[in-house]
Amino acid sequence: MANETAELHAPELHAPSANPNEVSYLEYQGKHKGILGWLLTTDHKRIALLYLMAVMTFFFVAMTLGILMRLEMLTPGETIMKPQTYNSVFTVHGVIMVFLFIIPGLPAIFGNFIMPIQIGAKDVAFPRLNLFSWYLYIAGGSLAILSLFTGGGAADTGWTFYVPYSIRSAQNVSMTTSAAFVLGFSSIVTGINFVVTIHRLRAPGMSWFRMPLFVWALYATSWIQVLATPVIGITLALIILERWIGIGVFDPALGGDPILYQHMFWIYSHPAVYIMILPAMGVVSEILPTFARKDIFGYKQIAISSLAIAIIGYLVWGHHMFVSGMSDTGRVVFSLLTFLVAIPTGVKVFNWVATLYKASIKFSAPLYFVLAFIFIFSVGGLTGLVLGTLATDVHLTDTYFVVAHFHYVMFGGMGTIFFASLHYWFPKVFGKMYSEKTAIIACTVFIVGFNMLYFPMFIMGYLGMPRRYFDYLPQYQGYHVFATVGSWVMVSGIVFMMGNLLYALLKGPKAPDNPWGGTTLEWRVPSPPPVENFDEIPVVTGGPYVHDRPTYIMKPSIELKHTNGDKTIKPTTEEAVH
Amino acid sequence: MNQENELAVEHHEVGHVHRDDEGSKLGMWLFLFTEILLFGGLFVLYSGYRFAYPEGFVAAAAEMNTFIGAINTLILLTSSLSVALAIAALQRSQKKLCTSLLWFTILCGFAFLINKYFEWSHEIGNGIYPKGPALDNMSSGEIIYFGLYFTMTGLHGLHVIVGMTFIGIILSFIYRDKITSTNYQKLENAGLYWHLVDLIWIFLFPLFYLIH
Amino acid sequence: MAEQTAEHALEHYAPEHSAPAEQHAAGAGHAHMQGYGTYFMVWLGLVAFTAVTVTIAGLNLGSVTLITALVIASVKSFLVITYFMHVKNDSAILKVFIGICLLVFVIIMVLTFSDLSFR
Repeated sequence: MANETAELHAPELHAPSANPNEVSYLEYQGKHKGILGWLLTTDHKRIALLYLMAVMTFFFVAMTLGILMRLEMLTPGETIMKPQTYNSVFTVHGVIMVFLFIIPGLPAIFGNFIMPIQIGAKDVAFPRLNLFSWYLYIAGGSLAILSLFTGGGAADTGWTFYVPYSIRSAQNVSMTTSAAFVLGFSSIVTGINFVVTIHRLRAPGMSWFRMPLFVWALYATSWIQVLATPVIGITLALIILERWIGIGVFDPALGGDPILYQHMFWIYSHPAVYIMILPAMGVVSEILPTFARKDIFGYKQIAISSLAIAIIGYLVWGHHMFVSGMSDTGRVVFSLLTFLVAIPTGVKVFNWVATLYKASIKFSAPLYFVLAFIFIFSVGGLTGLVLGTLATDVHLTDTYFVVAHFHYVMFGGMGTIFFASLHYWFPKVFGKMYSEKTAIIACTVFIVGFNMLYFPMFIMGYLGMPRRYFDYLPQYQGYHVFATVGSWVMVSGIVFMMGNLLYALLKGPKAPDNPWGGTTLEWRVPSPPPVENFDEIPVVTGGPYVHDRPTYIMKPSIELKHTNGDKTIKPTTEEAVH
Repeated sequence: MNQENELAVEHHEVGHVHRDDEGSKLGMWLFLFTEILLFGGLFVLYSGYRFAYPEGFVAAAAEMNTFIGAINTLILLTSSLSVALAIAALQRSQKKLCTSLLWFTILCGFAFLINKYFEWSHEIGNGIYPKGPALDNMSSGEIIYFGLYFTMTGLHGLHVIVGMTFIGIILSFIYRDKITSTNYQKLENAGLYWHLVDLIWIFLFPLFYLIH
Repeated sequence: MAEQTAEHALEHYAPEHSAPAEQHAAGAGHAHMQGYGTYFMVWLGLVAFTAVTVTIAGLNLGSVTLITALVIASVKSFLVITYFMHVKNDSAILKVFIGICLLVFVIIMVLTFSDLSFR
């Protein structure tokens, strides 16, 4: 069945007065022209690009802050900044990276762009709410940047805002926490939109177990966004109230319990790490079958494991608090529950590797990123188990070991897949192709630099180097210097990578509709897609990763006229349309 | 006008949205979940501190005016009734009855807030407020109790205002026939929000006013 | 073959709207109208329970008061959710979702108290 951009003028089911699908979403001039056509858009694809520009900007700001931190750590004592500044720098680095890059990055950009197309919809359930979520994002991000320049400077509490210091600090904690509060709203709005979209707008024939795994991942993620984010919302609001009018709820001087603050904070922030990683795992489950040119191994297990990770993720937050003064009972309970979450994660990793087994592998930049991810994320995940074990955690907590662990899973995990997604879907989003060879070189430089930067931190931490320390004993300097040089290598890789993509955007060759031979619906529409994605809503007749036959009917009004009346194929009961 | 079904097609500009009442309802409920967990966090804190400071909470609660609290509970319960009846009225195409009931609901909201205003004025007048003079002589439990009291009833009051505004907007839609007897999911959604405000108070009332 | 699946798939595919794969009854609120009387009865019940809970609080039963008050509040909530918020007539999936939300709250309480009660 032909699925290239043939100019078939199929009889429209809705006879429009002007066909908006004659141009791509990039060129379309609708009710608003020019820049207003972007700032007031309700097209999920344009909103995704708005997010892309905003997210990348904030990423580079936070990355710069990271470079500055590493420069400071080249020598013990002051190198380029005062201790107070250093504390604010690592706080803002964390706030931006966590709330402005890692949490929203994949859902808001690729979830927004790709998910509706993958389920055969023309847009999300609430397009105007979608645009609103972007404005909330911009507002929150602006507040974060503003906090650097107002009221004494940004918070110096670490992105975790622990009490009592966050109550006492003379810095502009209220503004930094307000930023996070507003960003939480943006996240909630996206989550609500995606849950309803996935429930209500799937194309006919797309039962739950025929959805792409990226959609499953986003579904699980969206639930966490909805159910966990409000808890940090109220917690941050209470910090502000505490600073402003002294309610006493978290202030030990008034009878408050700092450990209760930590509970409230981590009740969100642990599930938040699953908001960060689940979409990334979803993307891995997309890229692997495409470049293995075979169906994913264990589709149902991977789908269910996304839900399992989301659920178990709610049960483990106390492992961030093992040395806080929590009860022994609490600590044992949380440590035990923490081990459980490794199980569905392991299920995914095994299924991914099994997908590659005896596959007809086509090497490419996206696949290269994914392979790097599997290694890096495994290191990160396994060191998480070390931290989840009470006895070892007591020694390693608040050291550089933790810093290494979370950078491996968050940056090496989500970050690597963010780059992978950029490369995988670039031809679809922009209709241009980039240089694969340059991409692979850039990726290699990135991976080498990444490991140079973060691996020594495991060793340093094990040897006792505390985190968030401005100063340190001379015995650690060698590791710090090596790590800083690694940061330069890594950043070069990233800059090179972005440069390659930017060049492709401006001067790259036109991309075909399906450069990779993907089997999901986004590869059945033109690159770049038209405004309404589809001329007609397709009808789904099989699973998402079937390579040997088509499982979508793209023009049902034509093709379904020519049936021989054979009604033999129904979805099986397990795939039954809900 | 022919009978619209819930999935009526609207032609044809780009980005037009087919009406999906069930989806709209689902979205509203998801938003309510976020509100439940927002207050839920405060309820967790309340529980933790009541567990830690049982006597302090009892002592502080003696300051509360159970009568006003009970009246406010009845006001909100009645307002929930009126908004539910308003939807029933619109389903039966009784537009006048519907709008009257919605005005009554808003009135109840005002009454609630006025009661709150008197309550708070009385307490603040007696120096009972965060960092207020009366708290200097109080135990930790009492201080935390009042911290939670003002935060939780304050946040709730904010939601009453939001709910009233929401209903006001819906009233304007009804007057302009943008919400009709066959197209009223927005009214249902406003009703859902209002009921949530009532639900939160159903728990706040015993926790703050009925500790003896 | 695509054609074999086509006609059956088309039966589910009403071309007048981008129909969701899951077809719920056209908006539960539309399909079922609760009588005015039901609402009044629920309201009476709510008022009665309020009176009960206030009375019990006055009786000074110690720690039982808290449990009783919470149970009564839960019953009142159940009435509001089921009848005023029309959940009685809503889809099963929505009821599951409400359950999940409440379960999350319960989990948070239980696990937090695994720390607080054992300090």
